[in-house]
Parts: sequence; structure tokens; C-alpha cells
Amino acid sequence: MLNNENEMESVMRTVDPRERYSRRFLLKGMAAAVPAAAIATSTDLSVSEAWAEGGALAPTTMKTLVKVARDIYPHDFLGDLYYVNAIKPWNEKAGADPAVKTMLEQGVQRLDADAQKRHGVQYASVGWEAQRVKLLQGVEQTDFFKKIRSDLVVSLYNQRELWKKFGYEGPSADKGGYINRGFADIDWLPKV
Amino acid sequence: MAQFELNDDGVVVIVGSGAGGGTLANELAQKGVKVVVLEAGPRNEIQDFVNDEWESFTQLAWTDMRVASGSWRVAQDFPNLPAWIVKSVGGSTVHWAGASLRFEDHEFKIASVYGGVKGANLLDWPITKADLDPWYDKAESKLGVTRTNNIPGLPGNNNFKVMEAGARKIGYKEVSTGRMAINSEPRDGRGLCQQIGFCFQGCKSGAKWSTLYTEIPQGEATGNLEVRPNSHVARIEHDRAGKVTGVVYFDESGAMQRQKARVVCVAGNSLESPRLLLNSASTLFPNGLANSSGQVGRNYMRHMTGSVYGTFEKPVHMYRGTTMAGIIRDEARHDPSRGFHGGYEMETISLGLPFMAAFLDPGAWGRSFTSALETYPRMAGMWLIGEDMPQESNCITLDPKAKDKHGLPVANVHYDDHPNDVAMRNHAYRQGAAIYEAVGATVTYPTTPYPSTHNMGTNRMSAKTRDGVVNKFGQTHDIKNLFISDGSQFTSGAACNPTLTIVALAIRQADHIAGAMQRRDL
Repeated sequence: MLNNENEMESVMRTVDPRERYSRRFLLKGMAAAVPAAAIATSTDLSVSEAWAEGGALAPTTMKTLVKVARDIYPHDFLGDLYYVNAIKPWNEKAGADPAVKTMLEQGVQRLDADAQKRHGVQYASVGWEAQRVKLLQGVEQTDFFKKIRSDLVVSLYNQRELWKKFGYEGPSADKGGYINRGFADIDWLPKV
Repeated sequence: MAQFELNDDGVVVIVGSGAGGGTLANELAQKGVKVVVLEAGPRNEIQDFVNDEWESFTQLAWTDMRVASGSWRVAQDFPNLPAWIVKSVGGSTVHWAGASLRFEDHEFKIASVYGGVKGANLLDWPITKADLDPWYDKAESKLGVTRTNNIPGLPGNNNFKVMEAGARKIGYKEVSTGRMAINSEPRDGRGLCQQIGFCFQGCKSGAKWSTLYTEIPQGEATGNLEVRPNSHVARIEHDRAGKVTGVVYFDESGAMQRQKARVVCVAGNSLESPRLLLNSASTLFPNGLANSSGQVGRNYMRHMTGSVYGTFEKPVHMYRGTTMAGIIRDEARHDPSRGFHGGYEMETISLGLPFMAAFLDPGAWGRSFTSALETYPRMAGMWLIGEDMPQESNCITLDPKAKDKHGLPVANVHYDDHPNDVAMRNHAYRQGAAIYEAVGATVTYPTTPYPSTHNMGTNRMSAKTRDGVVNKFGQTHDIKNLFISDGSQFTSGAACNPTLTIVALAIRQADHIAGAMQRRDL
């Protein structure tokens, strides 16, 4: 913003975190039933629509896993879709390996049982994140938790559509590097 | 392009194509020596590099089985990734940051200067800085190091400017964009830096020096150098007199091949080089080749490292531009009044969001972690790199259980911090935080060491045979025609990045080997 119209002060180039979803990105997390027109504009996508019946894991299991994913790495400005995309591959892995299926189902059952005991409801219905985090701490040493968490580090944060929201611009060589795109444009430091 | 017969016992075989192997290969080829380089990795060229951290990691990184052991946190967080180095033609010169510093004089004689340090296996190099300076000159010219050879320094990016402002505010004087093997203007047929910011993923402009597109093609153009990628050397063979006769390697198709050699030079970086010597054990050499001292694999050094990130009120976008063109050298001196021997450098560093999530605090989860990540565009970062103490118990051994896809025992990488390392790191964390706080950081993050990008010392130089593995030319004490040509030769780690010293030693070793071959000493 120019404070003084006579000054040609350049301003740091910041990154617009708003991102128009690409259709392909949305479809990764969607059941085919959602109409194509809704995808292009809507950000009001509920998790329940993401899971069709007939996958290796029950829809309620997948919904709980998405909640668990958000509780492990909570970012309030991220819609559910990023967590859905991050968790979705577990459905395939469970289909390919019965040991994985058992681990995930038993992990979710354990969380639901702990939640019932402490709060009288299933994990996904426990009201406060802090309460759910306490339940997660109870299973922190299990293979179930460790594998979900370490997988999320890549499956959540390696989504290109998410990067802009964190102010990370991704590939740069194809845009000519940053030599003309603000590599040195910082404007708030004291003079040295 | 040269092609040598497997039965040609007149060639020099070099294992590895990085800073040591690639440079040695070209230097020998220029002198008319016939060279075969066997590189375990594929040949990825500039057009193959990708500006994507995980995709690039999959493409370039050594991910063959290794085991990390010891009390260092890396063994817990990354039990099969003790090091982040490259398995591709060019070796770690493909993904290095370009920092090119000479050792200090005292760093060649740490036993004499530091005296006895309990638990540290200190030893003086059999050479001095003055001995190496003429080859440092050549290396700086070869690499095109900024601030040498009339090459201007690189411009400072946002990340550097934050560090510089804070550093000057707290009284540091030796602050600059450093000595970098990255063209600040066109030179040597390569363009100038485009500030791409993906230095760790292979330089897509070629401004950064790498043997991949300098030494290797220059050597190949002489007709004396053949590079065989996807060729994993499994074993070095010798005759009854104890002279090396060649190597056995697995080729592209997985078939076993035998390449004869007049001389063998091992430059597989400091984890694979000792592993190869140990895996080459025989009746004559039951403890592995060149291991009469028992020091093969020992004295493993990986620098005292850590990072400090700082979050500010306003944007930094630290990922824009060179990853590491920025340095503070004030703490690199030896000053025991600080509570530790040796010194450390502070160098700018940036990670992309995907790697920040993996390495800011491995294993961490929940809001304290995610709120840190959310400050990403307002983060600045620096890497701390200092001299770690050589300890005999820090070592590469053959893992008793784990084997690679060829059925060979893999490297077990054992590391424990020495108290000197801990004291130095804590000092560096405090200083790094002070720098960022001086220019308004609201939060600072003392970040744990990453899997090792600097690996040294495991076949060290020594004057006496019983103290090390090689002599002052990298020639093994025990076997005349077996050389070590990578950073595993280092007798000390020094405070600074190792590549320039590896290159200087390789140029010097080439002079020695070529001369010895001409005199029929080899």
C-alpha cells in the first residue's frame, strides 16, 4: 500500500492463500454421487459424502479416522477435504492387507470405547478437541497411532493444493526462479 | 565415449562419482589415465530434477537399507535413515547447498591444540593447512567459489537479510552471503543463479557446481573416462600378495560383474566406503581391507548440527532463493572460554512446507506443532554446523542382522553426542535465538539435528599406521594400490562444510596417483 503517492515504495509480494479448487483435486475425496456442478464452487463438503459403502473399511471407521487426523494435526483454516484426502489411502491399504484392516478397526474401536467410558459418546462426538486429544494420548504408544501420525506427515502436508494456504509457493524453476519474483523484497527490517 | 574391458587391468577404478570420486576421475582423465567410475545410482541429469521435496527425495536420495544406532535422536526418529546423501551420478554434489570454506589452520592439528579431551580420539592430520593451500586455490577456481577468484558474492535473499540484521544487532561482524560454489555471474559455461530455492533438489539452472555436469562430462570428453551408473560395488578383490586386483559389482540388471584394476579408489561417502572395506574381508584380511589399525569405520563424525527457526510478525518467505547463501563466522574460532573446544558456523537454511512438517520436530503432533507450521510464511531459518569430537565408539560396522537386496550386510551407523558437542549445540541454539529475537522474533524453535548430510572420518588419515587407515595422500597404509578419495579420509571434521576440502584432496591425490603410475610405483 502506498502511504505517500510521491514515493514509489515497492511492497513485499505476499502469497494469496485462497485457492480455487481444481475439479480433479475435489474428486479425489468425493464419491461419484456428488454433482459435478457443486464441486467447482462449493466448499461446503461434508465428510459423510466422501465414503461410499463397500470399501474395505466401514464409513463410520473412515469418518472417525478423519476426525483423528484433524485432532493429530489441527489446522482450523483447512476444510475437511484435506484430511479426507490424507486418510483415504488407508481404505486401499486395508483392502490389500488384513493386518492393516484389523489394526485400523481395533484402533478406532479402542478410541470409541475410551470415549464411551469417559464421555458417554463415540470418539467423533466428543465435544472438545482437548478432550479428544487426551483420548489420543491414551493410545499414543500404539502401532495404530504411530502409523497414522507418521503417514499424515506426508499424506497431509504433501498436498499441493494445501501449500498456498501455508504461504508456500511450490515449484519455482518453471517460473524462472525467484530472481524476479521477490527473493529479496523484504521491507520491514531495521537498516543494518 | 570411452568403454573399457572388464579384463583391462590397466584402469583406475573409482567407486562413487561425487565430490571426491568425480573430481578424481576428471583430474586423472585429463592426465591421460584410464578411469572407470562405478556409481551405484542412476544418471539423473538437470532436466530430470524436480522442484518437489518428496518426489526429489525418492529420485535422488540413498534409501537402501541402513541402520542407525546409538543415543542420538536420529536413531529414534529415523532408524533406517541415518544420513541424507545422494545415490545418483554426481553424488552429494547434486543436492549440496554449495557452501565452500577452507579449514582453519588449527583444525588440522586438534590433538596438539585441544590437548586431551576425555573420550575423544583426537589426532592431528599428517598434513597442515599450508600443505593443502595450493590445492584449495585450485578447488576454489574449479568450483567458482564466490568471494574468490574475483567472483562477486551472491545477493542476499529475505532469509539472509533477517539473519544479517539480527546478527549485526547483537554484535557479530563476519556476516555475508558466504563463499558459495554458485555462479553469481555466468562462468565456466554455466549461467548465473536464478534464486530458484530448490538447491537441495538438484540445481535446475546449473549455476551451482556439481560433478554431474562439470567434472564428469569434462572427463568423458577426454576419451579416458567411462562412467557406469547403476553399478553397485560389493567387494574389492586382492591377490595373495595383498595387492588389489579389481572389484566385484552388481550391474544394471543385477548381474555380478568383475572389473579388473591397476588401482582402486574408494569414494562412496563415509558410510559406504568403510562398509565396502569391511565387506571385502578375506582370509588374508579377516577384519576387512586396510584395517590393521582397527580404525576402518571408526571416528565417525557428522558435525554438531541443529537448526534455529524464528517466527516474525511479518512475512519472510524464506524459501525464495538460495537455500544457504548466508553465513556468520564469528563463532568458528577456537575459544574454550565458551565452554567447548572447536567452533561452529551459522548458515541460512530453508525447508519447504513438506520437509518442515517432517523435520521441525519429528514425532510431534497437536496444536503446539500445527501453530508453529502455520507461521511458515513468517519464518526465517538458520543451520548450525560445528566441529564434533571424533570418538572411536562412533562408528560404521556391518549390521549383524540387516542385509541389502544383494544379501550383503549393511552399514550400522552408531553415534552418541560427546559432551563437547552438546555444550556447543546449546551455545549455538542460544545465539541463534538471540539473533532472531534481536529483530523481533516472537517465537524461536531450537530444532533437532536432521539425518546426517555431512559424514566424515571413517577411514581417517594418520601419520602412523596404527592410528588410522590412510596416509597423507589417501593411500591406505596396508595396501599400496588402494586409496580412499572421499570425506572418510578426514582426521577432524572442522567447523565448516566439507566439500571444498574433499575436492582439494582429490586434486592433490590425482597428482600423486598419476605421478606414481608414471614412475611405475603403482
